Amino acid sequence: MSQFDFASALLDPDLPTPAGLTAWNGSDPAQRFRVYRNNVIVSLIDALADTFEVTQQLVGEDFFRAMARLYAYANPPQSRLMAFYGASFPDFIETFPPAAALPYLADVARLEYLRVVAYHAADLPGVGADAVAIALSDETALPTLGMTLHPSLAVLTSASAVVSLWAAHQGVLELSTVTPDMPETALILRHGLDVEVMQIPTVAGTFINALQAGYSLGTAAADAALIDAEFDLVSILGLLLQKSAITALHSSRRLS
Amino acid sequence: MTTTPCFMSTNAGVPVARASTLPARGGLGLKPEHFRTILETLPDLGFFEIHAENYMVDGGPFHHYLTQIRSHYPLSIHGVGLSIGGEGRLDEEHLDRLAALITRYEPQSFSEHLAWSSHGDTFLNDLLPAPYHAATLHRVCDHIDRVHERLGRRMLLENPATYVEFAASTLAETDFIGEVVKRTGCGLLLDVNNVYVSCTNHGRDAQNYIDAFPLAATAQIHLAGFAEDVDAAGAPLLIDSHGAPIARAVWDLYRYTLERSGPLPTLIERDNNIPPFPVLLAEAQQAEELLQTCLSEAAA
Repeated sequence: MSQFDFASALLDPDLPTPAGLTAWNGSDPAQRFRVYRNNVIVSLIDALADTFEVTQQLVGEDFFRAMARLYAYANPPQSRLMAFYGASFPDFIETFPPAAALPYLADVARLEYLRVVAYHAADLPGVGADAVAIALSDETALPTLGMTLHPSLAVLTSASAVVSLWAAHQGVLELSTVTPDMPETALILRHGLDVEVMQIPTVAGTFINALQAGYSLGTAAADAALIDAEFDLVSILGLLLQKSAITALHSSRRLS
Repeated sequence: MTTTPCFMSTNAGVPVARASTLPARGGLGLKPEHFRTILETLPDLGFFEIHAENYMVDGGPFHHYLTQIRSHYPLSIHGVGLSIGGEGRLDEEHLDRLAALITRYEPQSFSEHLAWSSHGDTFLNDLLPAPYHAATLHRVCDHIDRVHERLGRRMLLENPATYVEFAASTLAETDFIGEVVKRTGCGLLLDVNNVYVSCTNHGRDAQNYIDAFPLAATAQIHLAGFAEDVDAAGAPLLIDSHGAPIARAVWDLYRYTLERSGPLPTLIERDNNIPPFPVLLAEAQQAEELLQTCLSEAAA
């Protein structure tokens, strides 16, 4: 028996029990091997259930575990850091035919995964409002002023009411008041020790994505204003400052 | 006559969290749901143990709380992903992450399993068995030598809980482990629950196993709960679930072990169905009572 045979049989319930296994009482080793098979798949499903809690609540435990089982067999972990297992689970959900009736499910899963990433992201202090004010008042440097955002921060733009659906499962919103096919954009970040999920205007999400891509503040803001005349630069910068989410000011070489 | 157990005063003058070895006391696995309770109440415990892989993250609450808890308690770092029994080479990146974690938290102990958990690029998230023969012995010893070299410290190797045996095995598990100790100089983590589970599953006498185990190299003990199943012949098949209180028979085997090994740092492992903190604390205190009995009997 090689570990290849053993590992293959663990991840494919249709393969026979590996050869060369024995039991002291002569009993069929297949029953005993089943303990390993079960340990592996249950631990993977449990890991997904930990991360995708609201996703599970939306479909029920039986549906979730059946879906997670298929995913885990097809996509076993490639890393020993189990906290981050399931990065591709939302994509799997999106193309999982039995979940087609719930078009919002994959984005709720994406939001939950981004929360895990935010929870474990590096600790970096935010720059203060004073430093930002000084940088904004330097007219010669302003055209190239860029901002580094906190490593926990992510934007999720969805065709579904992803923030409201998530919030309804945190007890802060009545699920019956949520219209699932209302587009929403989520801002996910960790502020201190707490991961926060906020709904922001879609154009604010575009603006943040541009900053993350290295565009200068001026370019990111001008592009946002072209997309949506209602873009409110002061309010989104205020939010980022309040959440200590601007971690550095720098000179951007990416102007357009 | 003092009411302070003598094993608590062995590091007199040195802050307990900075001692060079784990104290021969009861310890608990550190669970995120208990972070705040621990810091608010600072329970009287010998040490905490973490799973290394859970803390291989950049930042956030895990490091925040562990840093604070570490300032109050000795620490054991217990790896579950190194795959020391694996056919492939050790993952050097994983070793780098371990080295960084050890540098950061300066644990009193680092331990890993006599098992494998990765094959190729796939991580199987379980502790899998290997046959006990010369090829496995060479591989395990090479891997432990590499761990010693990379981490610059002695690791403890833990005996596994197993559900199958291999026709290819030529050595008893205790002889295999004894040979690994002789060749690598590693220490041992004796999981008494694993001994009970494996001996039940393979029709062996658990006390004989303890008698054959290299207790002189043993530096830590694990205790945990198991789940019960049956094999195809209806014989009991115990599963190392870490999800239940420690069974009476395992407490008895622990006492039997202490009578031979002397007092050793003893961890209560609970990773599933995690109860409120006081329930775990009571199990750790139960272990401490046996450790004290063992000490007073040795002194008598």
